[in-house]
Amino acid sequence: MTATLAKGTGAPPRARRSGAPGRGRRRGPSAYAVLVALTAFAGVMLIPFVVVLFNALKTPQEYSAKGPLAPPDGFNLDAVRAFWERVEFGQVLLNSVFISGSVAVLAVLLSVLNAYALGIGRIKGRMWVLVLLLMANTVPQEALVYPLYHLSKQVGLYDTRISVIIVFTVIQSAFGTYLLASVLSAFPRPLLEAARIDGAGRWQVLWRVVVPVVRPTLSVLMVFFFVWTWNEFLIPMVFLISNENQTVSVALGVLQGQRLMDATMSSAASLLGLLPTVLFFLIFQRTLSRGLTAGAIKY
Amino acid sequence: MTSRGRSGSRERWAYAPYLLPGLLLFTAVIGVPFLMNIGTSFTEWTGVGTPRWIGLGNYRELARDEQFWASFGHNALIIVGMAVVPTMIGLVLASVLTDLIGRHFGARTASVLRACIYLPQVLPIVIAGVVWSWLLAPEDGAVNALLDAVGLGSLAHDWLGDPATALWSVIAVMVWIQIGFPLVIFMSGLQRVDPSLYEAAEIDGASWTRRFWHITIPQIRPEIFVVLLWTTIAALKAFAHIFVLTKGGPGGATNVPAYYSWVSFFEKSDVGYGSAIATVLTLVVVALTVVFLRMQGRELGEER
Repeated sequence: MTATLAKGTGAPPRARRSGAPGRGRRRGPSAYAVLVALTAFAGVMLIPFVVVLFNALKTPQEYSAKGPLAPPDGFNLDAVRAFWERVEFGQVLLNSVFISGSVAVLAVLLSVLNAYALGIGRIKGRMWVLVLLLMANTVPQEALVYPLYHLSKQVGLYDTRISVIIVFTVIQSAFGTYLLASVLSAFPRPLLEAARIDGAGRWQVLWRVVVPVVRPTLSVLMVFFFVWTWNEFLIPMVFLISNENQTVSVALGVLQGQRLMDATMSSAASLLGLLPTVLFFLIFQRTLSRGLTAGAIKY
Repeated sequence: MTSRGRSGSRERWAYAPYLLPGLLLFTAVIGVPFLMNIGTSFTEWTGVGTPRWIGLGNYRELARDEQFWASFGHNALIIVGMAVVPTMIGLVLASVLTDLIGRHFGARTASVLRACIYLPQVLPIVIAGVVWSWLLAPEDGAVNALLDAVGLGSLAHDWLGDPATALWSVIAVMVWIQIGFPLVIFMSGLQRVDPSLYEAAEIDGASWTRRFWHITIPQIRPEIFVVLLWTTIAALKAFAHIFVLTKGGPGGATNVPAYYSWVSFFEKSDVGYGSAIATVLTLVVVALTVVFLRMQGRELGEER
């Protein structure tokens, strides 16, 4: 009970203010040891990325002479340029940004609506509804390919970016619905009741009370949906057959599969395919921290 | 929970419209196609032409298919690699980053470390597969070179090619890919926790371990459940990792049901059989989901 109250209404602000500038106070040697260990761990996690970067900057001759793990001699952008031209990367990039961006926004929206009914509304049989909606993730995608292909041809959406956006909005929102419904079923009830007493309808409670509290989670979902959709391969490959509709991962995967690229070019390709998602994550990383401070002031 | 009476249940129905868009879209994109998939599983079909009805023929064949059941066995280990280990590491990391690094060295330091650890999630699986096969290569791979350098050269060998180590190597790569996922979710969950809770506990002399068990874990229990179920489902459906690293080999040592179904669908063009595998796999995962959600409902329900 105390914990709920502290979370809902916020502890006296004075207590927090003494903590904020106290950053750095009591940084014992053990804290530094943990920092060093974690930095080393993060470094190890990054090794494969360094390898990609190395090979993207090599010439094919350099690669075959020294192998994949040696650092490059210079700063050679031939492989990057060759891949860019081969797949008309500008267009492909736009398609991926458009598709992943739309899915990220729409799937978060759909998740919020679903989770509001399941987590806050606690409608009857909510567990079974959740099991059903989760099937969007449990059904293996390869089982969906043939039926979706026929259905999309029937409604005239085959080979359109819209069809891929609709399919992934549903698939990704399964996770958002589940995570948000779980988080919202632990939502502090007094906060909801207070808003209702003030005369707010369900729609207003959703946008003015519930959404602001779970905003950090919504940002995380948006990042996940963007990245997951960006890296999807099978369904976009089947659905987007025209060149002008292709996505980055399809272009990458197809070239990789046909073994049309040497190692330096596939590294360059991965580097180009990777940068937008990393950028997206870093931008939202800032939103995440901002969400925290905004929430800390309000509650 | 049901003792709220009539007005309570009417109140709950008022939320039903919020489910409408989700259910409609689900029916069109997943529901109908899945029923079509079940229909296909009763036929023999190459993907083109007219399917031939064979009733339960595919399922009878599946029941006898030893390779299929062996592939389910590998899944148990993959659940460890994709779900259990990453969730545990993610919990400890999230708590250390939030509770120790975040408060002592600033939120920015914690963010940078989180970003580094999350990054493997961003890498397309195809590329991750290529890079790791370089690193694990038997001749000039970095892992073997490193073992040589520290005098453990005798341990070096063909990590992905030897049936004894192939599955473990795949699992290690999966852990590398997966850790960022629980970490980011747990850290976002911990942002709901009032920082003064940690400060008060620290002033009271509670050690990090005590704060971990008594503040971190209880506060993000919903997230822990979600991550565990989600990564378990992902492990049962694991396909791309296997595809890019070993293609189920050597000698079926890393075969899993999802990969098996993919081979039937797209390599053997045995769409009926692939549909049957996919149907069985889906039913197994749905059954698991039901059991898990029941458990979650009971565990989290008690708190209120």
